[in-house]
Amino acid sequence: MSEITATNKRARRKAEGRYGKVGKALNELDDRLGVAKGGRTFMDKIFPDHWSFMLGEIVLYSFVILMVTGVFLTFYFIPSSAIVTYHGAYLPLDGQKVTQAFSSTVNISFAVRGGLLMRQMHHWACDIFVGAMVVHMARVFFTGAFRKPRELNWNIGVTLLTLAITNGFLGYSLPDDLVSGTGIRIAYSIVLSIPFVGTYLAFFIFGGNFPGTSTIPRFYILHCLIVPLIIIGLVGAHLFLLVRQKHTQFPGEGRTEKNVVGSPMFPVFMAKTTGFLFIVGGFTALLSAFAQINPIWQFGPYDASRISYAVQPDWYMGFLDGALRIWPSWSFHSFGHTIPFEVLVPALILPGIIFTLAAAWPIIERLYTKDNEIHHLLDRPSDRPKRTAAGVSVLAFVTMLFIASSTDVIANFFHISLNTVLWLMRVTTILVPIIVYPITYKICKEMQAVHGAGKRKTPNIVSRTVEGEYVATPTPAYQDDRGHDLEATAVPTFIEVEPEEPNEGGVRTVDR
Amino acid sequence: MSEREEHRAPVSLSGLSENDPHLLPLAKNPKTVEGVIAVNFVLGTLLTAAFGACYWINAKPWTLGATLGGGLFFFGVGLVAWGKYLMPRGPFVEERHTLANSEADRDAFAAAIVERGGNVMKRRKMLGGILAGGLGIFGVVAMFPVLRSLGPVPKGTLFHTDWRKGSYVVDQTGRRVSAGDLAVGSIVTVFPEGTENTDRGQVVDQTVLIRVSNQKFTTQKGRESWAPLGYVAYSKLCTHLGCPVGLYEQQLQLLVCPCHQSMFNVNNGAVPQFGPAPRPLPQLPLYIDSAGFLRAQADYNQPVGPGFWERA
Repeated sequence: MSEITATNKRARRKAEGRYGKVGKALNELDDRLGVAKGGRTFMDKIFPDHWSFMLGEIVLYSFVILMVTGVFLTFYFIPSSAIVTYHGAYLPLDGQKVTQAFSSTVNISFAVRGGLLMRQMHHWACDIFVGAMVVHMARVFFTGAFRKPRELNWNIGVTLLTLAITNGFLGYSLPDDLVSGTGIRIAYSIVLSIPFVGTYLAFFIFGGNFPGTSTIPRFYILHCLIVPLIIIGLVGAHLFLLVRQKHTQFPGEGRTEKNVVGSPMFPVFMAKTTGFLFIVGGFTALLSAFAQINPIWQFGPYDASRISYAVQPDWYMGFLDGALRIWPSWSFHSFGHTIPFEVLVPALILPGIIFTLAAAWPIIERLYTKDNEIHHLLDRPSDRPKRTAAGVSVLAFVTMLFIASSTDVIANFFHISLNTVLWLMRVTTILVPIIVYPITYKICKEMQAVHGAGKRKTPNIVSRTVEGEYVATPTPAYQDDRGHDLEATAVPTFIEVEPEEPNEGGVRTVDR
Repeated sequence: MSEREEHRAPVSLSGLSENDPHLLPLAKNPKTVEGVIAVNFVLGTLLTAAFGACYWINAKPWTLGATLGGGLFFFGVGLVAWGKYLMPRGPFVEERHTLANSEADRDAFAAAIVERGGNVMKRRKMLGGILAGGLGIFGVVAMFPVLRSLGPVPKGTLFHTDWRKGSYVVDQTGRRVSAGDLAVGSIVTVFPEGTENTDRGQVVDQTVLIRVSNQKFTTQKGRESWAPLGYVAYSKLCTHLGCPVGLYEQQLQLLVCPCHQSMFNVNNGAVPQFGPAPRPLPQLPLYIDSAGFLRAQADYNQPVGPGFWERA
């Protein structure tokens, strides 16, 4: 009896082929699409293991959370400025005339089951999205991962950052609460400040004089469809280039410019990265469960003649707000025209310069180093002191602007006059980046000189000689830590040494 | 040194024998790790189920977040641990092939574009020119309706408010303000009668009415009659970015904009004393009619709010 079953099983397996039903299905797929070879290569794709490579994954997964929670929110949010009388679960607002956008957002928070959680997750995920993006960008910058052949991907990244900030602002504007309305008012005034075309541009973007009824429907379609579509496209391009060009990796044992060392896509990386998606999602959900964000029912509906104290925009707008606060009131009035430099420079020209500088950095660095080589091995930041110092300096500048966006809170907290705080911020915003550059440079130089910096300490073997002298002998570096030093050949020569001209004995040639 | 701790050089995935040490898990005690991961997965399952239960009974929002977040978190930790400690430890190596193609391939590609394409264009210069010109004009023309339909042209809307000669000064509820209503040092936000409930009224016409003490108040040249009985009215729109100048510091007689902390001196023509605002707040000329009501003498004599190109 059992023998027959065994034979049958064997027979069935033989009929199904070596890899069973899955193998059969894969064969059918390959007959039609020819995926076997490419699929195998993809499964075998090697991902280098380093904690800093997970920063980009945080960005990707918070974007996934944004899309999932965002779709949920679109089911209940009404993008309309039409006035309705609020009769809902939140009693303090009962009977107030508010816009549909505001009342539907309050309804999401109080009446829709799970709505408040989704709203808070959407908002927190956005803050994490932009934050992880900046940290990921810093990692790429300081390790030199943007160098040839990855300049294009660096520029896609810079574009993604601007789009993320833009979309964050658009979404923040949608609920039409007191704080977001003030934000739109400021954005309107910023567009208004552009010379020659500002007024027309503002009227066309916002559909007339502020506030109008077009802003929220327009921002809605931009926020939910157009900008996300561009972001999805660029994220796709970002990942495609990453696969095509393969990962960078830190120098180390067995790692060269010609290979990638790490874990394979399937199953190791897939398990880890899916787990990480869950961790990011779980973290966002926990944050949203216990940390309130944007309680618009406390701010109340937007009323252009009301305002609240100490309201800050989302963190990624902070540097713009800070710049607007500390820039002096230099306005140009002449020839029958006004150029509001007090707005134009801090709100448009300054961020323009910062982002252009970021986008152009690979070119700037190449002009300076004359380095046109292909690089797949990453730099230790301390091995590139000038780049590291420049990056830290710019980050310090933006951070100072960010701090400047809370001048009023600082003045209130420390009981010093607002004027003092403002002047302090004006001075430190200029001084700190200048001071930070040489300090960073020096630290990098020192770290280069310290033997074994950045590596695990190995034990010293202390032995006593016959004479009674103690001798400490360092043990060699751990296996994994070996070979972390950069190869000298990859470093370009900055100073070109002229070949010495053969000199005839005693004859000095002078060029005239 | 045991086999586990021995040094492993990176190897290629293909052609690896089944008992290669690279395929062993990283964990020294896989059974224990498996147990820990199992606990994680069980906790994840329980919390996810609890999320469903909380949703079903419509529990407080934080319980939804806590159960969902906790569930996802435990699943995630378990999965990462599985991948890190129980799957092939490697390290594995993959060759990196040069992206650039051979010289011949590059030349063929360039030739296809430059020679084949270029020759076609060179031979039919006129056709190409007309097509480019036509499409260019189409592109420009296509922009017209798109741009023009987006909004009205500004015209004079930024220059005027709804304050007229004789407009009654009313508060947010529409009540007319009369000469006896405010004590010295009081402030109220006012509108021209009839606009207090409109968007435009709230945005453009909003005005702060402050009753100042006459001893400290410096009357500006040409504005001698604008502030009867110490009632002085300034546009509430900050000249920096148009936020409402909503904070009144009575002791220092300053109006402060909470957005970017511009300060305007109430006693001295609302001249910006500090911060980024470039211009004083425009002053509204007032008078008191025979019935004792506050009314406007005229509209503001300059555009209110932030600066723009057409502003003189």
